[in-house]
Amino acid sequence: MFGTVTLALLEGFLTTLKLFGLTLAIALPLGLLISQGAMSRIVVLKYPLKFIIWIVRGTPLLLQLIIIYYGPGIVMGNPLWGAGDGGRFIAALVAFSINYACYFAEIYRGGIQSVPVGQYEAGYVLGMTKGQIFRKVVLLQVIKRIIPPMSNEIITLVKDTSLARIIAVYEIIWSGQSFIKSDGIIWPLIYTGAFYLIFSGLLTVAFHRLEKRLEFFR
Amino acid sequence: MAILEVNNLKKNFGATDVIKDISFSMNEGETLSIIGSSGSGKTTILRCLNFLEIPDGGTISVKGNMIFDAAKDKKASDREIKKKRLHFGLVFQSFNLFPQYTALGNVMLAPKLLSEEGGDSKKNEIKERALMLLDKMGLSDRVDNYPHQLSGGQQQRVAIARALAMCPDVLCFDEPTSALDPELTGEVLKVIKELAQQNTTMIIVTHEMAFARDVSDRVIFMDKGVIVEQGHPSQIMNDPREERTKKFLAGYTKRL
Ligand SMILES: Nc1ncnc2c1ncn2[C@@H]1O[C@H](COP(=O)(O)OP(=O)(O)OP(=O)(O)O)[C@@H](O)[C@H]1O
Ligand SMILES: [Mg+2]
Repeated sequence: MFGTVTLALLEGFLTTLKLFGLTLAIALPLGLLISQGAMSRIVVLKYPLKFIIWIVRGTPLLLQLIIIYYGPGIVMGNPLWGAGDGGRFIAALVAFSINYACYFAEIYRGGIQSVPVGQYEAGYVLGMTKGQIFRKVVLLQVIKRIIPPMSNEIITLVKDTSLARIIAVYEIIWSGQSFIKSDGIIWPLIYTGAFYLIFSGLLTVAFHRLEKRLEFFR
Repeated sequence: MAILEVNNLKKNFGATDVIKDISFSMNEGETLSIIGSSGSGKTTILRCLNFLEIPDGGTISVKGNMIFDAAKDKKASDREIKKKRLHFGLVFQSFNLFPQYTALGNVMLAPKLLSEEGGDSKKNEIKERALMLLDKMGLSDRVDNYPHQLSGGQQQRVAIARALAMCPDVLCFDEPTSALDPELTGEVLKVIKELAQQNTTMIIVTHEMAFARDVSDRVIFMDKGVIVEQGHPSQIMNDPREERTKKFLAGYTKRL
């Protein structure tokens, strides 16, 4: 029985991992774009983006999942995402990516704004270009500063993927829960916790190493 | 011929005129000190020369070539401004070293980038020169240290080496010792004095009156965005003509 459960949970966990990985792949660059837009002087970009960030960070992700999945069907009479598993997964991915991109955007903004203006000015008076200053001076300082909040957010994402269950994405919690109905046992659901623990443990170690590697400067 | 000639320089921030029609010139190898009370516009002049602020009026000529004319260069592109900046260097009050580079890395970074832009990386020459400059600053045993491992005085000397590495025509200092503990100012003033003796063309904004008197060939006293008087340091310090200069210096007599 243990083997069967483990296999079933692994299958669910694969979906969890897919949702996690793809969300990062989209939200990390998207967040950077959003932060650039929100910091720009272009008013028609800046304020709408700030508004979106406010909405996304101010409401539960659970609610956003439901609205993004059911919204198009209800409002436009057009179930955008298709009825199958694939459609539900895409809807979840969209919701997660937008949500996390907004959180990441705020982290990027904090990191970029924490670099003192003197660093830019020192670069300018040495005849460096904007691009050179960003790549050779500012970037590493930003990375160093955003790693701690970024790692927090990314480890939260590992656990947040379970919210996708609300629109019936077959992630690991769903797999564990299905044993209650089919076999009347609850331990597989509890067992899912081990998967989260191991994965977030690995991430914690990886981020810790990265932090250590950047400790050579202050 | 004058190495630097500034004519009718003007800068305003919004409604306040911070630099009101300032003109001065300097010869090659000369050391010029600018003194004046807080808010008189000293920093702003240096920032204009280094194009961290774009002047609103006036011209700047280096070695007889007009490199900036507000009448047509106010909207100059980043590229053009970058070229103009190479004539000047600036040492900041707060050092502004790049924390993720060693002392040597700080000195080498900008020359390396510039030579790469030119297509050929003269890495060895640049490194040799950087080491020579750090040695000149008395830092040959500190080349591999990161800024946070250095004292303020050492950091400022790295910053001076870094500015010298770009071979500016005029090197500017904005209160280079103001952020330092008193026991560390001496080592920085000493290297600046050595540079003066080696005829480095320098403009030094400072509140260290004794230093300004000893090191400069000429002193400018500024107040409220204008040059009140300028002349030989002993004349300005010991025998100022203007009432405002006398008043300002009176606040320093104890230190002199
Ligand atoms: N970016 C700015 N925006 C608005 N006002 C400014 C700006 N920079 C400087 N000023 C004003 O210009 C005036 C001159 O400033 P500046 O920094 O050149 O003075 P300073 O002579 O260097 O003074 P200190 O001895 O205190 O360093 C001050 O009144 C200052 O408030
Ligand atoms: Mg100043």
